[in-house]
Amino acid sequence: MGILELLNFYVIPGIVLGSIYALGAVGITLVFAILRYAHLAHGDLATLGAFIAFAVVTAIGVSPLVALPVAVVATAFIAVGIDKVFYEHLRDRPKIITVIASLGIALMVRAVVQVIWGVDSESYVRGISRPDVYFGLRIRDREIYTVLAMILLVGGLYVFLKQSKWGKAMRAMSDNPNLALLSGIDNRVVVMLTWIIAGGLCAASGVFLGINTELKSMMGWHMLLPMFAAAILGGVGRVEGAVLGGLIVGIAEELSVLVLPSEYKAAMAFVILLIMLLVRPTGLLRGKVL
Amino acid sequence: MELIGLVNYALFMGIFIGIYALLALGLNVQWGFAGLFNAGIAGFFAVGAYTSAILTSAHADGRIGGFDMPFFVGWLAAMVAAAAIAWPIGKICLRFRSDYLAIATIGIAEIIRLVIKSEEALTNSARGITGLPRPGGDLPYVESQAAYLAIVIGVLAVTYLLVERQFNSPWGRMMRAIRDNELAARAMGKDIEYRRLEAFIFGAAIMGLAGAMFAHFNRSITPEAIDPMVATFLVWIMLILGGSGNNRGAILGAAVVWIIWSVSEIATDQLPHEYAVKAKYIRLFLIGLLLQLVLRFRSEGLLPEPLRGDQSKTGSGQ
Repeated sequence: MGILELLNFYVIPGIVLGSIYALGAVGITLVFAILRYAHLAHGDLATLGAFIAFAVVTAIGVSPLVALPVAVVATAFIAVGIDKVFYEHLRDRPKIITVIASLGIALMVRAVVQVIWGVDSESYVRGISRPDVYFGLRIRDREIYTVLAMILLVGGLYVFLKQSKWGKAMRAMSDNPNLALLSGIDNRVVVMLTWIIAGGLCAASGVFLGINTELKSMMGWHMLLPMFAAAILGGVGRVEGAVLGGLIVGIAEELSVLVLPSEYKAAMAFVILLIMLLVRPTGLLRGKVL
Repeated sequence: MELIGLVNYALFMGIFIGIYALLALGLNVQWGFAGLFNAGIAGFFAVGAYTSAILTSAHADGRIGGFDMPFFVGWLAAMVAAAAIAWPIGKICLRFRSDYLAIATIGIAEIIRLVIKSEEALTNSARGITGLPRPGGDLPYVESQAAYLAIVIGVLAVTYLLVERQFNSPWGRMMRAIRDNELAARAMGKDIEYRRLEAFIFGAAIMGLAGAMFAHFNRSITPEAIDPMVATFLVWIMLILGGSGNNRGAILGAAVVWIIWSVSEIATDQLPHEYAVKAKYIRLFLIGLLLQLVLRFRSEGLLPEPLRGDQSKTGSGQ
């Protein structure tokens, strides 16, 4: 097999899939680091975001990229709402209780999608998109958009966390919550910002998964494991780590087809997760271990 | 409905409640005793079901297994197999907070689902394994259902007694100490990871047994026999609603939730087809909401964990 074939059929799809995972994994890593629990409803929130964009696309016939901001804002609102209604009052209880609650939320969000949009596969646009050839590399437009959008969104978030006052507050809460609270950081704002960012990025990952594959009510749930593997691989709390982790998991899943039967593609994320927990639980970029 | 139909339905429901009560007891060992979050209950259930099916079914070409063994050998093997799956997962994840275990158990359940769907030589993939022996299966229909219910109740009673005994023993006390204050327990010299692993494996074995009993009740097991997410979630809501840390609560929760779940299914099946499909998801939504409400307003469940420590057991309740 030539190098071009390897790139075209495995590495490029892997990078695209990895960018989609990265968008979700950034949210997971932030929730894990700042709120300190594993949010199991993350995948299903992505499904909801994807279907909100689908509703916009079918209602006014715009391209999914135009519907993306709508879905991002709507899902960010929903994420904040879920936190206010279901998670907030559990904050003083052991964190694992919130993890249980989030498993229930995952089921509820998915049920909403299944009731409104049904369980059949949908897609944003009909027809086949042909890849363009650049120096022998076959790349589709949508694949370029996906990777670019991921870089822009995560890059923006990175600058926000490093430069802005509230970004610093979020990092402070992640590093040392007691010290952060003592120095007068408003926890409610930090929590709300975390959910706005996590929910918005979640929706983006769902929309891009829908653009590159198809929309299904279980699409998000199946992304949950790769997203967690990416967050832990990169190091919990590290935004750039989540991106790195997402890309590695995505490429590993696509490359696994070379050695494993393709049914077991989804198992790669799990293997990566276990190996990281075994060998280096802090992740590649030295994150937290809860 | 005629009387005989009602009796049949009650027997059927009793068997299912018994099997789910076993799962809830298994989860109680993991979550109620030790505070371990297992989100892959359906995976351990499936391992048990398939292990027993492979060992006890009649020989078939093109498939490993069909050893034609008696059912109890299959059931024991189901427990061993589920425990064997639990061991490496627990070994890796129990060093960390339970969040990691939650993710890993979701993963293992997913892998087990993939293996069942694609390893035709082992599980006969989508067609599943059929023709399993069923204890009391030669009797007429109603008697055979009743006989199976008796077996389920017997197994449940034995499991309950064993788990209850374990719960009240020094081991149970130690597990609660680890769950409630890990640092203090560690300072007392308890090997926390090892003890957690014990609880995780013990619970997984009970779940495997429940899977085997389910498979033999249906005389077959297919990948579509249970919806993994729904089954896992139902067991969780059973335990939380019934009262985690209380074995009677786990059994009560199984009965209450299963009755609500299956009676509401009968009710929604009366609807026209297009609504009946949606009604299934509305029921799922409501069961998710029920969990949120229980967590918020009655987190100790219907039968709270009894307070121990003094001779009089009057301290139960809070």
